[in-house]
Amino acid sequence: MAEATANGLGQHALHAAHEAPATGVADADVHQEHPIKLYLVVWAWLFILSACSYMVDYFGVHGYLRWSLILIFMMLKAGLIVAVFMHMAWERLALTYAIILPPVLVLVFVAMMVFEADYTLLTRTSFFGAGP
Amino acid sequence: MTETTLTHSGQTEPRPAGWQGIAADWSSDQRAFKNVSWGKAMMWIFLLSDTFVFGCFLLSYMTARMSTRVPWPNPSEVFALRIGGSDIPLILIAIMTFVLISSSGTMAMAVNFGYRRDRRKTAILMLLTAVLGATFVGMQAFEWTKLITEGVRPWGNPWGAAQFGSSFFMITGFHGTHVTIGVIFLVIVARKVWRGDYDTGRPGFFTSRKGHYENVEIMGLYWHFVDLVWVFIFAFFYLW
Repeated sequence: MAEATANGLGQHALHAAHEAPATGVADADVHQEHPIKLYLVVWAWLFILSACSYMVDYFGVHGYLRWSLILIFMMLKAGLIVAVFMHMAWERLALTYAIILPPVLVLVFVAMMVFEADYTLLTRTSFFGAGP
Repeated sequence: MTETTLTHSGQTEPRPAGWQGIAADWSSDQRAFKNVSWGKAMMWIFLLSDTFVFGCFLLSYMTARMSTRVPWPNPSEVFALRIGGSDIPLILIAIMTFVLISSSGTMAMAVNFGYRRDRRKTAILMLLTAVLGATFVGMQAFEWTKLITEGVRPWGNPWGAAQFGSSFFMITGFHGTHVTIGVIFLVIVARKVWRGDYDTGRPGFFTSRKGHYENVEIMGLYWHFVDLVWVFIFAFFYLW
């Protein structure tokens, strides 16, 4: 807990460590204690990034630039929320990988459905004509 | 007593870093998540399963949008609001995004004050989070009402592809349900914090086990996840 604040938290950590054998698992060792300033900074960044992604729509950016900007802002926001607000940056790697890796497999599903959707569109176009 | 036996796995010998450490943690008949309590680990695993649920919704939306011959309604125009005589695109959705992000910020600070044993600030920040969440649900109800009066139905709408309505109601409806459940649990946990349940070790109403201030963090995990899902819905459904 390199980031622990000076607010008498050292004492608290000592207390928790002393208490751990008696009270059980939940109180064991790692408490997520970081300065409030960290959360305010992340909060401000989330506001800025949201405003940026809204601006993409407001100014009517189109094509690949629009899609890449949307994806970049989305991933930055998601990363900040998971890493700082959900404390994933300070969790043990065994948990981090167990939670972060499986959703990546959704991308395989995405690829499968892209092929499937293309095929469906092709069938619809060739059987029902170009459009209504 | 079962709790004390579990405690021992909390103390671990030093492990190698990186992938070797992960393999060591996961192998040979031991507890995989060494310093993570069961409550937190199970919440993360629940959130992982929920990720797949929302992933499937967004995937089916993608498939429907890609495979239709009819043009997709332009969300920028569909969700525009008329304020002061001019149409501002997507403004309600933008405000909803800011409200939800703010609620995430107050929740993160509530978790922090919880670990500092500051009951008053924790409870107030959690209630503020709940109020912001309820505001979000209220704005969503307004949005649904507006779209329904304009003629959007799960089987059709005045502007284009019929799948727009079904995708919209399914995705935002399921997300709104999550927010509503979150608000209810926020109020319950805030009441327990306010009353000092986690200091006096009062048994919980459902499991009749003693709670800890970590429950605030577990509640926070759920709430941040709801915000996280909105980030993806905002990008893929409203902005794309």
